[in-house]
Amino acid sequence: MRLWPVLMLIAVIAAVPLLTSANTVLNFVAAALIVALAAQGWNILGGLAGQLSFGHAAFYGTGAYITAVLQVRWGVNAWLGALAGVAAGAALGTAIGAMVFRAGLRGSYFALVTLAFAEVLRIAANAAPITGGAAGLLVRLDPAPANFQFVSRAAFLEVALACVAAVLLLTLWIGRTRFGARLAAVRENEEAARALGIDPFRAKLQAMALSAGITAAAGVLYVQYYLYIDADLVFGTGVSVAALLAPVVGGVGTVLGPVLGGLALQGLGQAARLAAGPVPGVDQVVFGVFLVAAIAFMPGGLANPRGRA
Amino acid sequence: MTLLTVEKVSKRFGGLLAVAEASIGVPAGSITGLIGPNGAGKTTLFTIIAGFTTPSTGRVLFDGADITPLNAHTRAQRGVVRTFQIVQPFAGLTVRENIAVGAHLRHASRRAALDRATNVADQVGLTHALDQPAATLTVAGRKRLELARALATQPRLLLLDEVLAGLNPAEIAAMLPILRQIVASGVTILMIEHVMQAVMQLCSTVHVLAQGRMIASGPPAAVCADPAVIEAYLGKGAAARMAAHG
Repeated sequence: MRLWPVLMLIAVIAAVPLLTSANTVLNFVAAALIVALAAQGWNILGGLAGQLSFGHAAFYGTGAYITAVLQVRWGVNAWLGALAGVAAGAALGTAIGAMVFRAGLRGSYFALVTLAFAEVLRIAANAAPITGGAAGLLVRLDPAPANFQFVSRAAFLEVALACVAAVLLLTLWIGRTRFGARLAAVRENEEAARALGIDPFRAKLQAMALSAGITAAAGVLYVQYYLYIDADLVFGTGVSVAALLAPVVGGVGTVLGPVLGGLALQGLGQAARLAAGPVPGVDQVVFGVFLVAAIAFMPGGLANPRGRA
Repeated sequence: MTLLTVEKVSKRFGGLLAVAEASIGVPAGSITGLIGPNGAGKTTLFTIIAGFTTPSTGRVLFDGADITPLNAHTRAQRGVVRTFQIVQPFAGLTVRENIAVGAHLRHASRRAALDRATNVADQVGLTHALDQPAATLTVAGRKRLELARALATQPRLLLLDEVLAGLNPAEIAAMLPILRQIVASGVTILMIEHVMQAVMQLCSTVHVLAQGRMIASGPPAAVCADPAVIEAYLGKGAAARMAAHG
C-alpha cells in the first residue's frame, strides 16, 4: 500500500467544509467519519489480526459513557474525559482479550463472546443510575474548544478527520512493521506462526487493545458531536454491525477500506431513505439489497474492487 | 557435542500410548534421521520436541538446558524450529512475506527481514516465485517454502517433517544439495523422512520408531539390514523370509 492514495483521501474529505457550509452535508460527513473511525478500530483486530469481533459496541460505548459520565457527574474537562474514555476502551479490550484469547476462543466463538460482552454492557448501562439508566445522558451544551464542543460543524469535522487520518497512517505503518507481519501470520495460520517464534496470544492482545482504543475514540466523538447518548445508541448491536460492515464493504484488512466503507454505507443509508419515501422500513430493504449486491460482486471491497476477499 | 537430547519421552492419548519412552540424541552439526512405519509416532515425537504438545513423561534437553516446560514460540526463539508435514503456508501472503515472517524473529526492521527473505529464497531456489501468493505454489514449491520460512529464523536445530514427501525424483535430487548446504552453514537437522534414498545419502545416524518405541538406531545401512526394522515395516517373519530367498 502506497502513501499517496491515503493522503488523497484525507485531502478530499478535508476539502468538503471548504466547498460547502450546508449543514446536511457536514452532518453527513461527521456521521460517516465517526462510523469510519469505529470501523478502522475493528479493522485492526478483524482485518489485520483476523479476529472477527461482533461486539465492538462494547468499546464504542465504553468510550462514550466514560467521557459523558466524567463530564456530567464530576465536571471533568471534556478533553480529559475523552482521554479517559479511550484509555478505558483500550483497557476493556485488553481485559476481554486476555480472557477470550487465554480460553483459546476463535472464529464464531470469538464473535459470539464479544457480542455477549457488548450486550451485558448495554443492559448494565440501561439500568445503572450513574449512566442515567434508560433516560440516557445529556452533556450540557457549552460550545468552546476547551470543552471539545464547537460552534461550527467544520471545526468538529477537522477533529474527527484528524483522528481518522491518524489511524489511516497508523494502519499503513503497521503494514510495514514486524508487528504487522506478526498479525498477518496469526491471521493466516496460528500454528505456523507459533513455529516461527510468534506468541499468538500476545499479538492478538496487542491488536485488541489498539483496536478497542480506536473504536472507543469513535464513541467519544459521538458524545461530543451529538451531546446525548443512551445504551442503545452506543452499546447497541447496530454499532457493532456498523463497525464491521464498513470494513467488509470497503475491504477487510485494507488501509482505506473502513473509511471508504463508512462513507459508502452512510451514503447508501441516506439514498435509501430518500428513495424509499414515506413507507417505513423500505429504506432498510433497499439498504439490504445493495449490501448483498456489493458483497456478491465486490468481495474484495471498494478498496480492492477487482480482488477477491 | 549433543545438541538435542530426548530422554525417555512418552505420550499417552487416552488408552493409546503414541510414544513410549523414546530417547534420541542429536549431535550438533549432523543430519539425523527419524524413520518408521506410518503411525509409529514420529510426528507426535516431533510435536513434543518443538513444544506443540507436552509429553506425558520424559524430558527434552536442548543445548544442555531442559526445555520441556517451554512453549513452542519460546523454543523457536531459542533456535528449535519445525516444519509441518502438512504444509502450512500463510496462504494470503506472498512467498516473500511468508519468509519474512520467519526472518522477523531475528530482525526487527521490515527492510532487514525482507532482505533476509530474498537471500533465503535464493538458498532454497524460490527466487522466481518471491512475489507470487503462497497459495499459487505447487507441492514442491510449498515444501521449499516450509523449509525457507524455518531457515529464515536462523535456527540452530531444524526439525524437518517429511519435506521430501510428495516430490518427484528430480525434485528430491534438487533438494538434497540444499539440505547439505544448510548443514554446512552450521545448522543441525533432525528429519522425519520416508524417502529412503535420501535418508541413506544424507543421514549419519538413523533412529527407527515403531509403535511408539525406539527399535533401532545407527548408521543408515546397518539400520536397514536390522531384522527388527524389516519386520516393523513388512511384518513378522519378513526378515527370515528375505534371508531364505536370498
